[in-house]
Amino acid sequence: MLCDDCGNDEAEVHVTSIEGEVMSTVHLCASCSAERGLAAESAVGEAPNKPPLLDFLGQLGSTSPAASAAGASEPCPFCGITASDFRSAGRVGCSQCYVHFESQLSGLLRRIHGSAHHSGKVYISETSDISDRLGQLSSMRRRLKRAIETEDFETAAKLRDRIHEIEVQA
Amino acid sequence: MIRTSAPLDERGLDWIVGGIEEAIVLSSRVRVARNLQGFPFPGRAGADERSEVLERVRTAAEHADSLRSACIWEVDSLDRVDREILVERHLISRDLLGDGSSPSRGALILADETSCGVMVNEEDHLRLQALVGGLELDAAWRQVDRLDEELGTLLPLAYHHQFGYLTACPTNVGTGLRASVLIHIPGLVLTKEISKVLEGISQVGLTYRGLYGEGSEVIGNFFQISNQTTLGKTEEDLIDHLARVTGKVIEYERSARSVLLREAPAVLEDKVWRAYGILRTARSLALEEMMNLLSGVRLGVSLKLLKSPRVETLNEILVRGQVAHLEREAGGRMNEHEADVCRASFVRDKLASDERAASESGRAAGSSDTTVADGPPSGGG
Repeated sequence: MLCDDCGNDEAEVHVTSIEGEVMSTVHLCASCSAERGLAAESAVGEAPNKPPLLDFLGQLGSTSPAASAAGASEPCPFCGITASDFRSAGRVGCSQCYVHFESQLSGLLRRIHGSAHHSGKVYISETSDISDRLGQLSSMRRRLKRAIETEDFETAAKLRDRIHEIEVQA
Repeated sequence: MIRTSAPLDERGLDWIVGGIEEAIVLSSRVRVARNLQGFPFPGRAGADERSEVLERVRTAAEHADSLRSACIWEVDSLDRVDREILVERHLISRDLLGDGSSPSRGALILADETSCGVMVNEEDHLRLQALVGGLELDAAWRQVDRLDEELGTLLPLAYHHQFGYLTACPTNVGTGLRASVLIHIPGLVLTKEISKVLEGISQVGLTYRGLYGEGSEVIGNFFQISNQTTLGKTEEDLIDHLARVTGKVIEYERSARSVLLREAPAVLEDKVWRAYGILRTARSLALEEMMNLLSGVRLGVSLKLLKSPRVETLNEILVRGQVAHLEREAGGRMNEHEADVCRASFVRDKLASDERAASESGRAAGSSDTTVADGPPSGGG
């Protein structure tokens, strides 16, 4: 069976997920599964949040080219957390750690959550770009629809005004 | 204006009155984790940095509509009993208290009339949370969402364009949202269907734990069910999914109860009445024993095998029967034996008072019914 992602290599990793009442399976080759942050040994139905964390900790301490290229062996420049701090605490030290350890965290987050991309509320700050602002608008429209459906008219009115404000600014 | 160190009184107990599906679902809770830009997360920050975070959050809270007339309690200046009371009410976690080696600078800011508030300097700088009685996840989410919007315009939050809201633990990143229901499912335990249901819960991206949160043992057939993942789905999807699965669990629990009533009515009634009899008359009750017996009585009330107590009273006993609440009421520290005696007396009084009320309302309605469905137990008080 060929890999669902690249279609070239033989699939070695088979991931079954259950969403509501729908079960789906993807078949991946070794390199595409690694790209998605899935290890060949991760079994179907395995508790998703423990082994990946340990794997990630292993990656942090490793000297593989990928890990060193991403600077994972260097401490975070803001909070100074090192791979071994993370290993013992299982927590990152600051928001900059997510930038410093970004490539490793992407894989870890995919394995914990099944995704490495946020699709919830969007926070807008001075550094937000156009895609953040578009994301914020679509999130607000989604919440407006829900507020109307649940007859929460106070929230709906606030959201409507806020959406209008953003659209005028744009 | 946010008041400082007001008496705890009844704060954060509004969920006790119940709500939708109150016979099975005790409460619904939603929390989101947020952090401030420019500060290490609390576990990595020094006491000075945590103090500054607390001051910034306090200033922002002064301007948040949801926290108008709110109160703030700083854990470093609370006495031992008040700290424990906040933990027993599930308003703060034990982690907020710190390890005692340095000031934790942890605090709870709580709205005036609801259980909506902010825990400051726990694992993350902010944990916005709301607790509502019954199956009311949407109502809890609306409170938290509103507070998040208000504080988000006043504080610079740590956010990453791809990963979403950033948190100390990678398991909370993204929405930072953890929604949970506290559910009472003795029918599934008694019919031995529970392991199948819990397995099903785990397979659909949810997780379960005991009454006292992570790592706690399941006692009294009370389970907390919550979402396991926080990234890649919208907040509404996470909440709707939990609500849908909870609806299914309620359905299974009802059907398990019907099976018990049909197949083993005498055993079930005996279990319920024994539980009531012990709670109504015991002179010493350990916490775990009380929890297990409350489960039997709750089942009896829900199946109308007992006419009293009310669900609200059962919820109240669950909270106020804990040791710090008993100590506050008695005005002093107690050893385990004293607490067990005090707990038994408190429970007897509560049940007796509901029996009287049920009996009076029965008489007022011209009914010849006794206070409970099959005759009241004697003694106690």
